[in-house]
Amino acid sequence: MVGKSEASKHCIGELCGEITDFSRLPSYGAARPPGLSSIMGGCGIAGCMDLNGGKIRGDKIARMLSIMSERENGLGSGYVAYGLFPDHKDEYCLQFFFDNEESMFAVEECLKKRGEITRDECVYTTNHTDIPLPHPMVWRYFFVPKSSSNPKYKDPDQCIVDLVMNINFSIHGAFCISSGKDMAVFKGNGFSYQIADYYDLSRYKAQMWCSHSRFPTNTPGWWAGAHPISLLDWSVCHNGEITSYGVNRKFVEMNGYKCTLLTDSEVITYTWDILVRKHGLPLQVAAFAMAPMYYRDMELMNDHNRQLAQQLRITYKEAFLNGPFSILVGRSRPEITMLAMADRKKLRPLIIGHNEDDGMIYAASEECAIRIADNDAYTWVTNPGNPMIARVGEGIIRYGTERPFEGAFNEQ
Amino acid sequence: MMSMSSNMINSALAASETVIDATGKDQYGRPIDYKIVNNEIRRAVSEGVKNITLTGVMGQRYIATAVDKKINISINGTPGNNLGAFMDGPFIEVFGNAQDMTGNTMSSGEIIVHGNAWDVTGLSMRGGKIFVKGNTGTRVGIHMKEFGQMSPHIVIGGRAGDYLGEYMAGGVILVLGENIPKQISPVGLSIGSGIHGGRIFIRGKVNANQLGVGAKLETVNDDDLKLINELIKEYESWFGSSSSEGDFVKVVPFSSRPFRGHFDSTPI
Repeated sequence: MVGKSEASKHCIGELCGEITDFSRLPSYGAARPPGLSSIMGGCGIAGCMDLNGGKIRGDKIARMLSIMSERENGLGSGYVAYGLFPDHKDEYCLQFFFDNEESMFAVEECLKKRGEITRDECVYTTNHTDIPLPHPMVWRYFFVPKSSSNPKYKDPDQCIVDLVMNINFSIHGAFCISSGKDMAVFKGNGFSYQIADYYDLSRYKAQMWCSHSRFPTNTPGWWAGAHPISLLDWSVCHNGEITSYGVNRKFVEMNGYKCTLLTDSEVITYTWDILVRKHGLPLQVAAFAMAPMYYRDMELMNDHNRQLAQQLRITYKEAFLNGPFSILVGRSRPEITMLAMADRKKLRPLIIGHNEDDGMIYAASEECAIRIADNDAYTWVTNPGNPMIARVGEGIIRYGTERPFEGAFNEQ
Repeated sequence: MMSMSSNMINSALAASETVIDATGKDQYGRPIDYKIVNNEIRRAVSEGVKNITLTGVMGQRYIATAVDKKINISINGTPGNNLGAFMDGPFIEVFGNAQDMTGNTMSSGEIIVHGNAWDVTGLSMRGGKIFVKGNTGTRVGIHMKEFGQMSPHIVIGGRAGDYLGEYMAGGVILVLGENIPKQISPVGLSIGSGIHGGRIFIRGKVNANQLGVGAKLETVNDDDLKLINELIKEYESWFGSSSSEGDFVKVVPFSSRPFRGHFDSTPI
């Protein structure tokens, strides 16, 4: 257990352990450098949601995800649950990985300066696991930010974003993995079945689950770097690569976000936050900004939509995610919502399932993930770059096969 | 690695027929590894079995990959990606939906899907036939090829998504658009993008602006109609009668070298 007597040795603003002198890294000649070089694969994503707001036990999503075992190599997997804390709906649930006690104290000090910790608890993890060491400690805080007259901290959401960015950037050995309301992320550096087992997901019941099994292509496998990548109540599970990472990174950094996860996928989370929370775009409009149609295809649209598409393309050219991807996006406010989409050329798989009888909606990389959960679901594939959007209480808002912007302005 | 349960194989009455039961799950609910299932198929094939039935299939990939004997395989469940990849001869019938990349680079044989077959169905096909009762996804029939007597055919009962027949170099794709309202096109955008051989037939509405680079519309001739009718007849022999309403649209390459001068003006 963590003692609480020692003061932190780490202060905010201090950079720890960064390698800046790359010539000090080991070099290799004819011998192949260590690492994964010849195992093929691709990430797997899976999500499920009860449109009527019923609760789904965590072992269901674990079954859905771990059936796609060809899509992972044990270097990261994670789950996010929405509708998890009905008794703490108005507080932010901050979940952290801590490597040591010092980092925990530093985070707690930092939190107390900015607000009130209403409750904190250890996130349950099992002792008997074959996930390779080390395992960081997982801790949960329910947090209410201080109301402030300082305009910089007036908006509680922005206060949380700044807090999370600062902690992840500057406190060595601590990482905030989720910071939303009524949701929590469970992730780690292992196979999907190992992570589900490690957190004993069957003890949780949630209205929506999204999940990801990782096959890191260009970046290291580590606990915090596993998906879902979450900020506020946004979570993103991403299969693919963001070729335009440099541009997208500059876009989010200009807007005050810090890229700390050593993976391209984090820019997607921050881009959603900018486009929807800060700029107020409807979800599907933000989706079409990230996966814009070709100018040639815009010519086929009516005048209003063509102008809209062209203006989006020009205004948000830095939010355009170029490269192959399919993503699952979750959020809990105003209502629990799932968005699933692929890139504008559909270079990564995505399939949607719906069972009208029990109101379940599924999204996954492969049909088998849906079939193992529900043999009777109706399945379809979305069009390239076209989002499927579903919301608890409202049902399916878009199937992902409609024309762009259809019904966009009926959205909240 | 999961081990094979003793009841997984029930050698049925005759040695020429085998049932492979893939329903088993490990303690985490994960299905039997595709390598085990495929080893059983290969063993049965090498023992001269002519009819193989697979039950409880749940996402196992590469089923019947590179099998080069004229055998029958029927699959109950959801076969995984790359069903029948590189196969040369087998007849495969799927009672369920197939995932992505069905019939990848197959040379001969047939795949009948009594459901949907999603993205990239029939990619790089060299010969043989794929019949899909329901819908397909994006990029169906990408880079199909024909040479001499070898010509691949894909018949889709429902709809096909964007990039149908992308970089197509030969063979035939037929989209029937069953149960799709007349005002809606049964195909997406960029049809035949980069096409330089082969033919795509679509029953239903297709606008010229749905065509990709290098593709053009052409009138269906008598030879085409003969082929279409043969394929529909075979489709109906598997799935029952189809509606016979609507005219066919034919998409063909504009030239055998659609990108000549596009990237490099140097003549070859």
